[in-house]
Amino acid sequence: MTSRDLSTIARKEREVRLENLKRAWFRFSRNRLAVAGLIILTTVVVMALSAEYVTPYPSHAGLYINFEERYQPPNPKHVLGTDMYGRDVFTRVVFGFRYALMMVGVVLGIVVPAGTVLGLLAGYYKGTLIDHAINGASEVFVAVPPLVLALAICSILEPNVFNALLAITLMWWPWYARMVYSMTSSLRNEPYVWAAKALGMRTVDILFRELLPNMLGPILTKATLDASWVVIIGASISFVGLGAQPPTPDLGTMLSEYCRYLPAYWWMTLGPLLGIIVLVLSFNLIGDGLRDVFAGE
Amino acid sequence: MVEDLKKYFRTPRGIVKAVDGITFSMDLGETLALVGESGSGKTTTAHVIMGFYTPTEGLVTYKGIDIGIPVEKRPLWLKREIQIVFQDPATSLNPKNTVKDILDAALRVHASGTKLERLNKMLELMNYLGLPEEHLFKRPTELGGGEKQLVALARALAVDPDFIILDEPTSALDVSAQSKVLKTLSRIQRDRRVSYLLITHDLGVVRNISNRVIVMYLGKICEESETDELFSKPLHPYTQMLLSSVPAMTKEDEKVLPVRIESRGEIPSAINPPPGCRFHTRCPFAMEICRREEPPACNAGASSHVVRCWLYSSRTRV
Repeated sequence: MTSRDLSTIARKEREVRLENLKRAWFRFSRNRLAVAGLIILTTVVVMALSAEYVTPYPSHAGLYINFEERYQPPNPKHVLGTDMYGRDVFTRVVFGFRYALMMVGVVLGIVVPAGTVLGLLAGYYKGTLIDHAINGASEVFVAVPPLVLALAICSILEPNVFNALLAITLMWWPWYARMVYSMTSSLRNEPYVWAAKALGMRTVDILFRELLPNMLGPILTKATLDASWVVIIGASISFVGLGAQPPTPDLGTMLSEYCRYLPAYWWMTLGPLLGIIVLVLSFNLIGDGLRDVFAGE
Repeated sequence: MVEDLKKYFRTPRGIVKAVDGITFSMDLGETLALVGESGSGKTTTAHVIMGFYTPTEGLVTYKGIDIGIPVEKRPLWLKREIQIVFQDPATSLNPKNTVKDILDAALRVHASGTKLERLNKMLELMNYLGLPEEHLFKRPTELGGGEKQLVALARALAVDPDFIILDEPTSALDVSAQSKVLKTLSRIQRDRRVSYLLITHDLGVVRNISNRVIVMYLGKICEESETDELFSKPLHPYTQMLLSSVPAMTKEDEKVLPVRIESRGEIPSAINPPPGCRFHTRCPFAMEICRREEPPACNAGASSHVVRCWLYSSRTRV
């Protein structure tokens, strides 16, 4: 066989991959709400990334005081009104998306891979010391209600965004470890795993090439649905004053600052509230769509 | 190769004596069939040879080396020499991987080589087994049962084994796929001189491709013989019962079967196997001694024909 044939085969492989992606998209796009969620989330991400350019008053994000314009209800100049320092609420919410999305990215970026690897190891070596160590550790974290644990960690350490992230990460990995653990401990007895062992495949390859692909669907679906929980818990920690501190335009911090002005200046609270709802809703809609994609495979 | 092998499993309800002292050996390039009902211990035997279980007692040797060790601890060359094809290709092939991934994984472990060399080997194998090239990028779920089993076979062949265990290779397939797989198996044996250990309950398959047959019942061997001899002169009542259970389609089929025994009863539990001859609970010829003492191995007819049954105990004992 010549090298020309190799390139033909490589091209064919790319075609097949593209075809599979198209099918996945087809299944996803049949769920209209999921597509809506994807569009909303994309808009939010783009807005958050270019917040300096798309918001009317970027300087209002942090410390800024203009008493002449404070307490203004929603109007064409300030679509979501202004707060007690005269800052544009809409601008601050868009900047708030940044913190929320960063939290989601960092937390899931650590928790999902870490939990998956630990769950794979514990499940594959079920009944051994590795299994007991990993499951024992995860049970300790699972035993405490998540928000309480996060609050405890944040109050011991200095209250700032980094420690809030640390707290959420610590309380979250066991859920992935457990899910992957239960899938691994049933899949590891599949004949294809035995066949791989009989061939002499390395354990790493069995874990990541044979087992992991069969769990990707549930893991990704859970990650997307969990993204909205990260938003809510991150906001909760800030709300009670243990996360980001004012004047950081964090959605939770803003809520706790502004809710004191209820009910007279309701629009101030409405802004960050809408922000959280938009994020949570879009993540959940996408998660539902992903579930359809993987269920159809 | 297998000497006085025993494999017991501890369960909450007692110890299951899945395989209870069996001995046999195989020659290079031959096909030995292990036949018996579900629960007779044939698959357990195969899995012990593969190292999926370790023997409770007894020896499993391969080319003079003790291989009664778990598959994970076996040296790479040994894994290369002994391969297995499972019953159901739908579960023995990873549903998320393409045929290329599956074959490449096998090739990468043993014959490294460049990407191009591996690809060539893959295409060669698929060609040899009559699988079209475009299947390379398909997933197992997109293939038919027979094709899937051929892919499983290709995976085993990819590492150039000397010995392949076929664990009910055709029982999950429809009839037309069965014949194709069987033909391919015979062709492979002709071309590559591999030995097969065929685990099956399908006597048609046995007759087709095996040289020698061992009939197992409840973890013990009851009869062992050349294939033709066994089919023309089955001695053990259990063997006769198995052969009688094959539906006869024509008068000729009818004539081929020398004895006809009505099949009755179910295989007893291996937790508390009956004493004496284990088949006595279902045997139409059961005598007093069968209930008390285990029958000795007797040589009957051809020198390679061994039967464990009191009916033949007057003949030469082995």
